[in-house]
Amino acid sequence: MPLLMPVLLSSLLFCIGIYGVLARRNAILVLMAVELMLNAVNVNLVAFDVWLRDELLAGQVFTLFVITIAAAEVGLGLAIILLVFRNRETTQLDRLDDLHDPAGRHEAHDADGSAVRR
Amino acid sequence: MSLVEALFGLLGLVALGSAVLVVTTRQLVHAALWLVVTLGSIAGCYLLLSAEFVAWVQVLIYVGAVVVLLLFGLMLTQAPIGVSADLDGPPMQRVAAAVVALGLAGIVVVAAVEAFGGERIRLGDDRVAGSSASAGAALFRAWVLPFEVLSVLLLAALVGAIVLSRRDIGGGEGARD
Repeated sequence: MPLLMPVLLSSLLFCIGIYGVLARRNAILVLMAVELMLNAVNVNLVAFDVWLRDELLAGQVFTLFVITIAAAEVGLGLAIILLVFRNRETTQLDRLDDLHDPAGRHEAHDADGSAVRR
Repeated sequence: MSLVEALFGLLGLVALGSAVLVVTTRQLVHAALWLVVTLGSIAGCYLLLSAEFVAWVQVLIYVGAVVVLLLFGLMLTQAPIGVSADLDGPPMQRVAAAVVALGLAGIVVVAAVEAFGGERIRLGDDRVAGSSASAGAALFRAWVLPFEVLSVLLLAALVGAIVLSRRDIGGGEGARD
């Protein structure tokens, strides 16, 4: 099998995941796109492990580790999203903007460190 | 083209097509179900690459656990059934995302073709590289310390998720109302 087949599969999958992360505004859909990107990395790891015929199976063992970390990430991510939903009644990412700078009201700091409102 | 290559190409196309549907569908629950198709065909790709153990772990954890968790998340955030118009950002954001994704795809594909154009994976000789026996031996001989560290990480994630989702423990006003 040409090594290009799994490598191209994983690079295209990763780019689809990037599109999902950037274009979606529902937090759970963004998590799904992150899962796609992690899977792309896993395909790469397995393909290069088989290509290099590694004695320690480093690629496959790292794939198992990545799957475990992805499961932990989804669990924590969903807990955070549920907490946000409980407090804000929304999971739309572009409405969670409490920490952003309001336009035209930047805070600057002068020499002695005190905040100056422009 | 051998049978394995044809099957791998087919499964890869299924994975890519359903991945595109995951990031473009306008129904929330359908996105999770297309994710099942993507992850399942990637598990098939692992099988064809002779990574048996990884393939079954993928089926168990991703298709079994992660997707169910995501569906629970959709249910608990009262996701609407049916077509909803507000899943994507404004059109400009989608265009920008598509430009970034296509640009990165172009760069990575050209780099991969340049670097690995003629290389071939030799499959199908005496030993199965990723059988449960060899994967288990590698995991519990060479990689046993990272494996144990990972168990601590899982425990921390478990405790963190419990602390985040219970209302009666943890500080802050948000936890008590």
